[in-house]
Amino acid sequence: MITIDAKGLPYRELNEKVREAVAGGETEIKLANVNGQRYIADAIDSPVQITIEGVPGNDLGAFMNGPTVIVHANGQDHIANTMNEGKIVVHGDAGDVLGYGMRGGKLFIKGDVGYRVGIHMKEYKDKVPVIVIGGTARDFFGEYMAGGTLILLGLDTGNNDSDQIAGNYFATGMHGGVIYVRGKLEDYQLGKEVAVLEVDDSDRQTIEKYVTEFAGDLGLDADDILKDEFIKIKAVSHRPYGNLYAY
Amino acid sequence: MKTYQLPEVRIERDKDRCINCGVCVRQCAFNAHKFDEDGEVYSEDEKCVACQRCVSLCPTNALYIKDNAPFVKDNANWTAETQKYIWKQAETGGVLLTGMGNPKPYPIYWDHLVLNASQVTNPSIDPLREPMELRTYLGSKPDHIEIEMVNGEPVLRTKIAPQIMLKTPILFSAMSYGAISYNACEALGRAATELGTFWNTGEGGLHRNLYKYAPNTIVQVASGRFGVHSEYLDAAAAIEIKIGQGAKPGIGGHLPGEKVGPAVSETRMIPVGSDALSPAPHHDIYSIEDLSQLIFSLKEATEYTKPISVKISAVHNVAAIASGIARAGADIIAIDGFRGGTGAAPTMIRDNVGIPIELAIAAVDARLREEGIRNRASIIAAGGFRNSGDVIKAIALGADAVYLGTAALVAMGCHVCQKCYTGKCNWGIATQNPYLEKRLNPDIAAERLYNLVRGWSHEISEMLGGMGINAIESLRGNRLHLRAVGLSREEMDVLGVQVAGSPMA
Ligand code: SF4
Ligand code: SF4
Repeated sequence: MITIDAKGLPYRELNEKVREAVAGGETEIKLANVNGQRYIADAIDSPVQITIEGVPGNDLGAFMNGPTVIVHANGQDHIANTMNEGKIVVHGDAGDVLGYGMRGGKLFIKGDVGYRVGIHMKEYKDKVPVIVIGGTARDFFGEYMAGGTLILLGLDTGNNDSDQIAGNYFATGMHGGVIYVRGKLEDYQLGKEVAVLEVDDSDRQTIEKYVTEFAGDLGLDADDILKDEFIKIKAVSHRPYGNLYAY
Repeated sequence: MKTYQLPEVRIERDKDRCINCGVCVRQCAFNAHKFDEDGEVYSEDEKCVACQRCVSLCPTNALYIKDNAPFVKDNANWTAETQKYIWKQAETGGVLLTGMGNPKPYPIYWDHLVLNASQVTNPSIDPLREPMELRTYLGSKPDHIEIEMVNGEPVLRTKIAPQIMLKTPILFSAMSYGAISYNACEALGRAATELGTFWNTGEGGLHRNLYKYAPNTIVQVASGRFGVHSEYLDAAAAIEIKIGQGAKPGIGGHLPGEKVGPAVSETRMIPVGSDALSPAPHHDIYSIEDLSQLIFSLKEATEYTKPISVKISAVHNVAAIASGIARAGADIIAIDGFRGGTGAAPTMIRDNVGIPIELAIAAVDARLREEGIRNRASIIAAGGFRNSGDVIKAIALGADAVYLGTAALVAMGCHVCQKCYTGKCNWGIATQNPYLEKRLNPDIAAERLYNLVRGWSHEISEMLGGMGINAIESLRGNRLHLRAVGLSREEMDVLGVQVAGSPMA
């Protein structure tokens, strides 16, 4: 394990050091004094573990392909952008557009998140990205979702003053994948393209599996979280705009 | 509901020639030709889209597709077309959809610009026997260079940003796997490799089997992020962020579910039969600063080894936007004019939004020069380039190179029927139907593409030689070699050209 002191380093130098360490065969890297540096772990292809102290900047883990990244602070915007494989765990809140176009791997946020989280996630066969949000989310959660699994827990672990678990336009344009919410959504919050369904046994299993892993990583009590009711949100059609056009 | 729409064409069959062989019946995916109960072929005009496939393949030349423009009584306003659109929408309530580029009779400025040639005072060059350089480097150029003499030899001290080298200033435009067939992609990849230039994946990802063309491939990162992963980025020669497309500025795209079969589903990572939705904006880009973030995210991902291009559609404020893109760190700016093609676009947007590429090139080149940053980014112009004359004029206006989309499809067999969005392209190009796709032989299509670009490159060399210029670089942005015929003062001002007949100085 090596420690890289990020204090005063521009992102390009910091990320070069990280890539050098990975190329040199390091399997555990600690980044100390991180303060807004962007693109950490961007497109790294090996299963290295990166622990971050301080707040990493935007595009943390963009195009990432294998590492496990643990952030002991809040995160910013665009975490796990188009991520392919690996895992990111944030012990705090995070910003907007997390997991945009995510293709695989896991993203766990302990606290609250901003707008457009989990939009346009994809999946193919057994490659299914997973996002679990501990707190609440703002508008456009799961917009255009084409695959993957989104779980929104609404735990009182963040510092968001909103008493709603999610904002409006929830899952608008969704045409694949599944969202589970621990709590209720009002009809007006939902996109036109989705329906709320009851969870069945196989849904329960999925929820248990990911919530247990999430709680384990973040030091929470899984059983306590799983006591409450979940709802399932799915697309009503693979082709939400199929009849929009005059052929 | 009974349709009021009239057949657009009349299919004429010369019964003296027809041998009732049924080629037309098999060739028409729109089912315009059929056998009747007695086994005689007949046709249904209203189904025909005028793709000319049956005409080309009829062994006895028995078929003619003729214009069936209905007589509209004394009216230049309520034309047959306007009435047709209204009927279509009255019958469906839908958004009018179409394919290919803007077909409206807007002025084509290329046809109002003429090139110069040498006479007496400056000898012309014969490219058949004298050196002629079409080689073009795309990428950011330094503000100045430092050269140090080491043991009497000059050594370049300035670090040059990554470049891609083209043997001719012509590339193939972004056309996605999904919009076009696998065989069409293969043909483009093969032709680009043989020509020493580049093709562009568009936003649909790169099929596994096409990675072999990666050294000549520009990969796109678009708002849907289809097929984008580190291997795809690493493999490419350059990466293009797609912001906009000339045929549909400001809107996203829906690849219809009919075109999402198993292989497209795998490459794009979306369910079979679902529409592939590309959001209108990239939701991580709401400003020039955000664009810069994605540009550098891609540079970080590929360790600053390849140029990053940003493609936009030509719109009113294109010059200021291009300046922002150059300042955001892009190495290449690709600009798509409103005649640029598409696999599917709402007709009203295609026909009414955006500006001609000629004006956009001139405006962008002038703006970047004024600001002293023209060297920071190369310019690729796109949008309806029809021949080598258009290409060389674009370079004289200030482009570094030109993207060919529609012209490349026409070379492969496309007859511009504008029905790409149906997935039934009878030429095997804009389809994912295995039966139709087989019609496009990638070997033959690649050869046709190669021939087209070879021919255009020769013509460009000839025209350059005629001007007494021996390198395409010397023509770039050299508007003194262009003159205007039949344009207004304002148009000439934007284009930065003088009226024909005015002297060189
Ligand atoms: S659509 Fe094409 S193949 Fe069919 S009848 Fe018309 S021209 Fe012939
Ligand atoms: S690609 Fe095919 S469908 Fe599209 S315009 Fe050309 S011939 Fe018609």
